[in-house]
Amino acid sequence: MFFTYFGRYLLLLKAVFRRPEKWKIYWKEIIHEMNEIGVGSLGLVAIISTFVGAVMTMQIAFQLVSDLIPNSVIGQINRDSSILELSPTITALVLAGKVGSSISSQIGSMRVTEQIDALEIMGINAPGYLILPKILAGITMIPALVIISIFLALTGGLLGGSLSGAVTPEDYINGITDGFRGYTVAVALVKAFVFGFIITTVSAFKGFYVRGGALEVGQASTRGVVISCITILVADYIVTALML
Amino acid sequence: MIEIQNIHKSFGDNHVLRGIDAKFEAGKISLIIGGSGSGKSTLLKCMVGLHAPEQGKVLYQGEDFTRMDFETRIPIRKEIGMLFQNSALFDSMTVEQNIIFPLEMFTEMSRSEKIDRANFCLERVNLVGNNKLYPAELSGGMKKRVGIARAISMSPKYLFVDEPNSGLDPETAIVIDELIAELTEEYQCTTVVVTHDMNSVMGIGNYILFLHQGQKWWEGSNKEITHSDLEELNNFVFASPFMKVAKERF
Repeated sequence: MFFTYFGRYLLLLKAVFRRPEKWKIYWKEIIHEMNEIGVGSLGLVAIISTFVGAVMTMQIAFQLVSDLIPNSVIGQINRDSSILELSPTITALVLAGKVGSSISSQIGSMRVTEQIDALEIMGINAPGYLILPKILAGITMIPALVIISIFLALTGGLLGGSLSGAVTPEDYINGITDGFRGYTVAVALVKAFVFGFIITTVSAFKGFYVRGGALEVGQASTRGVVISCITILVADYIVTALML
Repeated sequence: MIEIQNIHKSFGDNHVLRGIDAKFEAGKISLIIGGSGSGKSTLLKCMVGLHAPEQGKVLYQGEDFTRMDFETRIPIRKEIGMLFQNSALFDSMTVEQNIIFPLEMFTEMSRSEKIDRANFCLERVNLVGNNKLYPAELSGGMKKRVGIARAISMSPKYLFVDEPNSGLDPETAIVIDELIAELTEEYQCTTVVVTHDMNSVMGIGNYILFLHQGQKWWEGSNKEITHSDLEELNNFVFASPFMKVAKERF
């Protein structure tokens, strides 16, 4: 069963990456999808990242009770946790719900209302036209969102730490700048790229092969989110194991 | 001309089409009729390449469509126009955008030429001035007409129509039938219509193919259909009280 689905997924991807009929039309769709995925998710990602960063700082401060450890370590731990794990993974899981369900239901609705059949009869490569712009938007905008998320998580940590009195702004800023390695950001970007690909392709796959009506579109959307989330966590483990 | 030879199609254990042969000529309206589950929509989908038949051939001007890959099918697909049962309009696009979409994809027309073509197609289906409406703002009959306008935007050589009158009132259904007949005459296209509407059969059917249990049971013209002795065909054609009365009178 798994191999049947995986085989269909690969065949769909093969069709997605066929040469586009007209780049001009695809370009317009890519810009539209970048706006939907990137700008459309910015508010949600910003709120979540800021609060996660703030809460993380307070929790780290709560656990570091030893006088032997300088307070700047709070900033360091928050920085590395946010860059390497929290920002990429939490952003991806949130977007799997928001963007993934939207992609599945949009493509699924087009399937059950024969709009995909109409595209195919016109001679248009339906997987390419519908899915390729979403993938390209996903693998560019999700890394961009992750960068913003990292920045806001660190800012949230600064605000949370200083407002609660858990750490002074000086100690926190010393912590996040001390021993910073750019490689960790590279790891975060690789994760974001992989997660963007997973979210867009898995959701599109579930929507593209849906059969039935409104009920099945909803079920496909839910399955798309669940499978995306699990795949993101597995991919997170693999990328971390390979890069760190 | 389109020719189908020995078409077989199954879904699991359900053998839907069992060796169908037929010829659909250019400039004529061919109707595929039959009861629910007789395989008429499946046959249409095999003809346009949405289903792959397990056996048999679909020949467009002698070229075997079933053996072609995606790329080689494109030139034929550009010559196909199709009206779907539920119109299948792109709901994120306006009426005008729906009509010019195939032109944008496959032609190098300028923006004004595309708009002119869209206006011409809308005029042809009596929907002038509705360019900026979205499909959700249209009635069922208007959606069908926009579907037809989109189907003819590329001046098709082959026109496929799936249940054109489903969900329409009798008056609008006649308008759609007449439009299909006019366009077939105008473009001299090979028109294939799947229907179970007897008004369409009697009104526009130049050639009628009757399917029963996935097989071809009868073929002929609308002049011949009322004189057939075939029990299954008579049960289908004269199922309604109106048609029974009409048969007795004439």
